[in-house]
Amino acid sequence: MSGRNSTAMIATLGFVTALSGFLIVTVFQATKPAIEENKRLAIQKTVLEVIKGATADKHFIINEKGELREAVPGMKGINVYAGYDAQGKLVGVAAEGSAQGYSGAVDTIYAYTPACECITGIKVIKQTETPGLGDKVITDKNFVANFDKLEAKVNAAGDALANAIVAVKHGAKQHPWEIDAISGATISSKAIAKGLNGSAQEVLPKVVPLLPQIEGAKP
Amino acid sequence: MSLIKQDDRITVDTFLEGIWRENPVFVMMLGMCPVLAVTNSAVNALAMGLATAFVLVASSLLVSLFRNLIPSEVRIATYIVIISTFVTIVDYTMQALSQEVYNALGAFIQLIVVNCIILGRAEACASRNKPLKSMVNAAGMGLGFTLALLCLGVVREILGSGSLFGLPLFGEQFQPWVVMVLPPGGFLVLGGWLLFFEWLKTRKQSLAEGVTHG
Repeated sequence: MSGRNSTAMIATLGFVTALSGFLIVTVFQATKPAIEENKRLAIQKTVLEVIKGATADKHFIINEKGELREAVPGMKGINVYAGYDAQGKLVGVAAEGSAQGYSGAVDTIYAYTPACECITGIKVIKQTETPGLGDKVITDKNFVANFDKLEAKVNAAGDALANAIVAVKHGAKQHPWEIDAISGATISSKAIAKGLNGSAQEVLPKVVPLLPQIEGAKP
Repeated sequence: MSLIKQDDRITVDTFLEGIWRENPVFVMMLGMCPVLAVTNSAVNALAMGLATAFVLVASSLLVSLFRNLIPSEVRIATYIVIISTFVTIVDYTMQALSQEVYNALGAFIQLIVVNCIILGRAEACASRNKPLKSMVNAAGMGLGFTLALLCLGVVREILGSGSLFGLPLFGEQFQPWVVMVLPPGGFLVLGGWLLFFEWLKTRKQSLAEGVTHG
């Protein structure tokens, strides 16, 4: 009796899980292209918005050896997005930054303009900060103005930034590499600065020597 | 006799039950976590409600179809597998439809798996009734849940952001009542609605008494 019972249990669970697996795989396969396209479009839209004057973009990956490669799916390394204007001239390079905010990761894409050696724009692509307070890092005009021209010079040795990007208390900004935080959303402001600094310290020293190569690879 | 034998008839009440008399949110007080967490805008509330309703209807159908085959010892495990299958399907579909809404709802889509309304329906209704009746009942419950979420989402978005479905209502000079889109606002608005429905009920009762006695 108990033997027959457990056979029935195993058979039922086995059947239901097999059916479940089949359904999930079908839906996964059916939605995969749309999901990837959505993500790609979201990033492309952000890149073109964040690099001012860019009309075309190209996705590169810098591999472990510091070499520049055109991105193909599945390739590992640092993502770098180059933005070109209508004449095909390189106007800026975008990269990704991420740091822990008040209630989750704050992911950003920022633009580096080689001409002024500064960060000229930032977009938050994913955040779960408190609506109305923490999300001011996207909506507050004064805060966003920090990124009109934020200094990000690479040091003489070429291995880090000359001055680390930091968030300072609201109204205490003195240097061109400081970010004036939003009062009431200091943690979210600091998360932006931390993500920016962490990424810029690592990515920019690698990107700067590759700029001629990126310029030459225009689409 | 009629107490023991299941009633197979599908009445209007089978559907309406979940919307009014046994509304999962306002009457049964189930699934409070998404109710309070994702109703900070009408769009989020609607998306969450529809996602839950889909999982509810689809899992009710499967549970009801297999109700005579599932040994009672493993029924909860089986229900959970069925429910999580449909939640995963919703998860992928929503990512494919709108990345924006998907990001706004965050983990709450995956958490539909442990929403007690769905497991409750599987146990109380779908495992004892024929597929069509279970689906009609589940659709009612899903619609009731969606409407309840919308009740909260609409009020919170209007007060907390000054907009409805993302469209601004009051113009520039409106100072949003920020607390309404924050977690405390969820409790305040839910409390307000419960108070309103309780008042309706009490009034209806006293009117009915007035008719009998007077």
